Amino acid sequence: MAEPAYLAWMDTVLFAGLALAAGLTLLVSYRVIRGPTVPDRVVALDTIGTNVVAIAALYAIWSQQGYFVGVSLVLAIIGFISTITVARYVTEGDIIE
Amino acid sequence: MTAAETAAAATAGPVRAALVILLTLVGSFFLVVGTIGLLRFPNVYNRMHATSKATTLGAASIALAATVYYLPNGDGLMALVTVVFLFLTAPTGAHMISQAAQRMGVPFLDGVTWPRQPTSVDADGADGTDADAARGDD
Repeated sequence: MAEPAYLAWMDTVLFAGLALAAGLTLLVSYRVIRGPTVPDRVVALDTIGTNVVAIAALYAIWSQQGYFVGVSLVLAIIGFISTITVARYVTEGDIIE
Repeated sequence: MTAAETAAAATAGPVRAALVILLTLVGSFFLVVGTIGLLRFPNVYNRMHATSKATTLGAASIALAATVYYLPNGDGLMALVTVVFLFLTAPTGAHMISQAAQRMGVPFLDGVTWPRQPTSVDADGADGTDADAARGDD
């Protein structure tokens, strides 16, 4: 079908955003590998989780499949829970006493 | 259902497309800023300053773009819930990681101390040395 011009622009911007977010996630993994301390790595992993939330939302728009919005929400929840778990493990020594 | 969804999604008007483009560009900008801050700041507390605000704003802006794109359907509401959840959980997680880093003994930068705590019990005689008192309560 004949797409209007603004839909082509939206596709271009969304794909550029996807590529940019994927490259930024690769850059963040530098801080995961070479963080001086453990909280640096935890912060970088949390940032990777947030970036993947953004990637899932962008892919939900770009591919017109609305199920990936649910993927983004669940990834946000899992990232929060893992951050809290690692913070408790570092401070308390165990997770569930 | 999939064909109906595709047809409903393919009829995005120019205003909606412009809003999606604008929110995606703003979100990409904040993701770039947060990543540069994470890579370039010298300390874990400063890195958390970059990631917990800029990256969260970027991801929330992109999720808001998904909200704008899908809004008559239920997926737009789910993207809005994602925005609310990000704004609720990112400060909480950053607070817990910073507390853990401070209890692990990750040092501050030179010249950075705790602000004076008037309600603390053991801050009677200590004038500017609250950092040692707060760091040693492990």
